[in-house]
Amino acid sequence: MTESHPLLTVETIVLIGIGGFAGSNLRYFVGSLVPGLQGTLLVNALGSFALGFLLYEAMHLGLLADETKLAATTGFLSSFTTYSTFAVETALTPEWAVANVAASYALGFGGVLLARQAVAVLERREHRW
Amino acid sequence: MVSIEPAHLVGTGGAIGALCRHYLGAAVDVEGFPMGTLTVNIAGSFVLALVTFAGLGSDILLFVGTGACGSFTTFSSFSFDTVHLWESGRHLQAGFNAIANLLGALAAIGLAWGLVALVGL
Repeated sequence: MTESHPLLTVETIVLIGIGGFAGSNLRYFVGSLVPGLQGTLLVNALGSFALGFLLYEAMHLGLLADETKLAATTGFLSSFTTYSTFAVETALTPEWAVANVAASYALGFGGVLLARQAVAVLERREHRW
Repeated sequence: MVSIEPAHLVGTGGAIGALCRHYLGAAVDVEGFPMGTLTVNIAGSFVLALVTFAGLGSDILLFVGTGACGSFTTFSSFSFDTVHLWESGRHLQAGFNAIANLLGALAAIGLAWGLVALVGL
């Protein structure tokens, strides 16, 4: 998708902006329910799974429109998850630093791999229909 | 001063952070390696550490920290990029990406801590 027309630039800004507004608020909400390291771990694991699902879906099935992907991935999910809070919390809790990094990376990568499996299952069904 | 709803502070900061990530990330990205995500994660960690250590007010923390920096940086894209590098056979780059994000962010946080201590905020 080339963004030559000014209206397409406006559309991109609106879609990412709305996604970012909603994603950061949902992260803030989860953080108020589950404060601290665990809340950040939770949003990062869930967001990695969801992003993996959408990106593998785009590669293998391609059912969703480009605009949906822009709002959902670049806007919503990338704002829902956060690296800066994860890194600052890791630095501020030395006693949990190693465990937090190990758990965050394991659940983040694991989430993406799980999403890949989920898309593969859907793809096999798609071929049967 | 009129008090602003936390959801508006976080959301507006989040929208700004997401847009900055999109445009800055695209500007520095290179073919074959997620340089854009690495850059925003390190830069965003630096700014979040600055506002955290400087002990600014809770409104600024919500707007700049939770909203803008939280959205500007991303864990989901980082996870996907790393797994994708690994499964396309570029194991060394995947490992480098995982370590560079962590060490880069921690170094940036250390730098922010040093700066705040130096200025004496």
